[in-house]
Amino acid sequence: MPKQFINAGVEIRDAEQELQRFRYRLGILSIFILSLFCLLIIRFIYLQIFQKEHYTTLAESNRISVLPIAPHRGVIVDRNGIMLAHNYSAYTLEITPNKVEDLESTINALAAIVEITPRDRRRFKKLLGESKRFESLPIRNRLTDDEIARFAANRYRLPGVEAKARLFRQYPQGDMFSHVIGHIGRINTREIEQLSDDGRLANYRGSDYIGKAGLEQSYEQYLHGTTGVEEVEVDSGGRAVRTLSRSAPISGNNLTLHLDARLQEVAYNAFGDRRGALVAIDPATGGVLAFVSKPGFDPNLFVDNIDPQSWTELNTSINKPLLNRALAGTYPPGSTFKPFMALAGLFYGKRTPQQAISDPGYFMFGGHRFRDDKEGGHGAVNLFQSLVVSCDTYYYMLANDLGIDAIANFMTLFGFGSKTGIDLKGEASGILPSSEWKQRRFKQKWFPGETISVGIGQGYNSYTPLQLAVATATLANNGIAFKPHIVNHVENIQTKAKTVIEPSPTRDLQLKPEHLEAVKQAMIAVNKEGTGSRAFIDAPYSSAGKTGTAQVIAIKQDSKYIESQVAERHRDHALFIAYAPTEKPKIALAVIVENAGFGARAAAPIARLVLDYYLLGKLPKQPATDE
Amino acid sequence: MSPPLFQRILQYLARHLDRGLIIGLIMLMATGLIVLTSASNGNYMRVLSQLLNMTVAFAVMWGFANIPPHYLMRLALPLFMIACGLLLGVAVAGDVVNGARRWLHLGVTRIQPSELMKIALPLMLAWYFNRHEASLNTRNYITAALILLFPVLLIARQPDLGTALLIMASGCYVIFLAGLSWRIIAGLAISGVASLPFLWSKMHDYQQQRILTLLDPSEDPLGSGYHTIQSTIAVGSGGILGKGWMNGTQTHLDFIPERTTDFIFAVFAEEFGLFGNLILITLFLFLIARALVITSEATTLFNRLLAGAITMTFFTYVFVNMGMVSGILPVVGVPLPLISYGGTSLVSICLGFGILMSIHSHKRLPNY
Repeated sequence: MPKQFINAGVEIRDAEQELQRFRYRLGILSIFILSLFCLLIIRFIYLQIFQKEHYTTLAESNRISVLPIAPHRGVIVDRNGIMLAHNYSAYTLEITPNKVEDLESTINALAAIVEITPRDRRRFKKLLGESKRFESLPIRNRLTDDEIARFAANRYRLPGVEAKARLFRQYPQGDMFSHVIGHIGRINTREIEQLSDDGRLANYRGSDYIGKAGLEQSYEQYLHGTTGVEEVEVDSGGRAVRTLSRSAPISGNNLTLHLDARLQEVAYNAFGDRRGALVAIDPATGGVLAFVSKPGFDPNLFVDNIDPQSWTELNTSINKPLLNRALAGTYPPGSTFKPFMALAGLFYGKRTPQQAISDPGYFMFGGHRFRDDKEGGHGAVNLFQSLVVSCDTYYYMLANDLGIDAIANFMTLFGFGSKTGIDLKGEASGILPSSEWKQRRFKQKWFPGETISVGIGQGYNSYTPLQLAVATATLANNGIAFKPHIVNHVENIQTKAKTVIEPSPTRDLQLKPEHLEAVKQAMIAVNKEGTGSRAFIDAPYSSAGKTGTAQVIAIKQDSKYIESQVAERHRDHALFIAYAPTEKPKIALAVIVENAGFGARAAAPIARLVLDYYLLGKLPKQPATDE
Repeated sequence: MSPPLFQRILQYLARHLDRGLIIGLIMLMATGLIVLTSASNGNYMRVLSQLLNMTVAFAVMWGFANIPPHYLMRLALPLFMIACGLLLGVAVAGDVVNGARRWLHLGVTRIQPSELMKIALPLMLAWYFNRHEASLNTRNYITAALILLFPVLLIARQPDLGTALLIMASGCYVIFLAGLSWRIIAGLAISGVASLPFLWSKMHDYQQQRILTLLDPSEDPLGSGYHTIQSTIAVGSGGILGKGWMNGTQTHLDFIPERTTDFIFAVFAEEFGLFGNLILITLFLFLIARALVITSEATTLFNRLLAGAITMTFFTYVFVNMGMVSGILPVVGVPLPLISYGGTSLVSICLGFGILMSIHSHKRLPNY
């Protein structure tokens, strides 16, 4: 159609064409709209029908938070009800790291309000490294009312910092009981794995602490209690909106010990500045009356994780305060071994009580001279005298006559060289030498010459003070051995039911009464006229004892040991074992004082103070002294 | 028999209003108030204040319905110039809020010029195409593209990628409706896809993060994925019939962020379920359908293009908001039209519908 013809018509048609084209495009957009709405509807169907279960679960778990309520930990008291470990409520300041922009400046701002020591800061840093960012971590514990008030007034300036009322564990007796009661500490990753393996992790969901050492560790299951559960509806900030259900926590059980706190104190203080250990046992039950390892440490330091500096100090101290000497320290028993050797001689029929040997002051074996303490010897010595004067030659000969395996077999009965099974963890076994042991340990056969010094408690012999105390208690109890235990009974606070840890006799050694009597009489004489007599002068009760001195470094059998010429740490350990009263023993003990020289001089006086207090209620005026 | 005076006054006042649009608007706004009551935890002050916003919005709508479209045509160029000037002002001397330069201080008050551009750009483009209606050629489309890109780039630089894309979409609708040839559209689509990697490298960290979060929200559940995860949980857990009004746990336990504004649809979907969603979409579709009818009946190119842009922009906001809440689009700050709390959005939406009404009613008037 020629254009120029119908100019006006073209214009109209163009307009109509335009409109048609526009409507066509609009139609395309309508389809676009419909398809996108369809996409949305498909998405809604997918989410709201097919994924409904999934998202409902998510919404529910979003909404319901199961909050654990940590139970109160059981307390620990001594036999007289003296508090050894308890809880008290106090305020703590806690920081949630991921809610804080600048941790350092927040802590500094906090320090302007309440006192924050460098120790607090170090401990916080250490905790920070071990924890997740959303956990709230204590920066400062045990705030005073004044500090709480000041913090409350400045709270708004410190987001991410909260004051929380918490129960704190406290050990009011401090270092005196550090190695018995032990301590709790914050649960670490390894313990979480362990709890998980044991299936006990759920019960620790609300707990920050777990027993790390001592009774706190070994009685953890009794002390901890059962965690309660509170089901709460929370908002997205984790704030509880309302409680849906609640089951109360069940407090942990209380422990009552055999231990006598005042006796422990007497014993602990009796050491003065000396290092050592003392274990006192009730021979009739195996109940542990005192359990001292000196020096101790302040267990309160460990409760909220010890700061690195204090830890280094304790860990590197030459005095080894962290070593539980009574439980894990092993020492040669020295002459305190002799009463048991004497019994072995009688038991195997190698000696009779009356049979005497002649002591020239030494014992020759294989061209080697085994020297006695007393130059020129003790002359004619029978069993009684051998113990009263502590004659070495008698026991060199006896050991030689018995042979190492007979000695080992017999000593095993007394518990030497094996764990006593006390209710503490980390017990050492010590070493009871035998040919089998040597073969196992060194892949060598036993040489008979090595047996000789075993007879006087030297050589490979190495036992814990606890083993020595148990052996002494067994002897005092006429050969009936009890497993030592510190806890007397466990008390359920809810039901008030007491579970008594029954004394468990481990074995009856079937010793002949006349053999026991011979050794016991000699030990009584030790304290009356022998090596222990000076320490037990004027004692109003009858006691039995045996001194011992254990070499720390080997000295040539030909040369003489002169105490003043030996460095302090290389001096002999002083030992003493005792029980009293002799008619019906109520207490048996073993003492070791490290590097203190003769047992008669350093260890026996400590035993005297302990027995005096336990039997007479007499409090000592000062620590036992050397002179 | 003449109707009573009062009724006649009403009829006179309502003579430019469109019944279909009014019905759709009122139903959606009523829905909005119901959801808002729940979303604000029964805070009636907030509901009343939204009611006030609605009143203002209706007044604005009425006003614009009474302005004949050719007056708007005269406003197009100056309004666009002012908006561009303000955007330049922001780029030079704007206030930085949350790392983005979006606000401009004008002595007494602070404004966000990108809001003004939402209206000014479609108006400008419609005016431009209308002016060159007789002889539209490729050069006009290039010019239109430049008019579009200038403000879009300024807004994208602020940076406010969401708003930039929405404004760009409104401009693109105009250009598409103006009859851009399919060949160019195909060419643009291909080069657009090809330039994606380049655009990606130009994006800010938080913009990239938002897009990455969309692909896998669980990657950053407490950070930028949080919004998406929580709103998706709300929608999904609503199921077919919903948890019931005021009973949404996600809503009432504070898990849904911005639940009265941008994320109000999560509240709706949680409490009214799929059933409610379908009703809501139907309502929106009804409103959009009516707007499309008005668009298709518009008499001049300017009117058609403007009406089309308004309708399509409205749809885009609805889609983008619902898509973002249900986790198929990245989180951009777009309210759900007519439902979300907030005066600005409500007034600008109603302003658009006022223009639509005006376009529809004035074509019949003999004096036009």
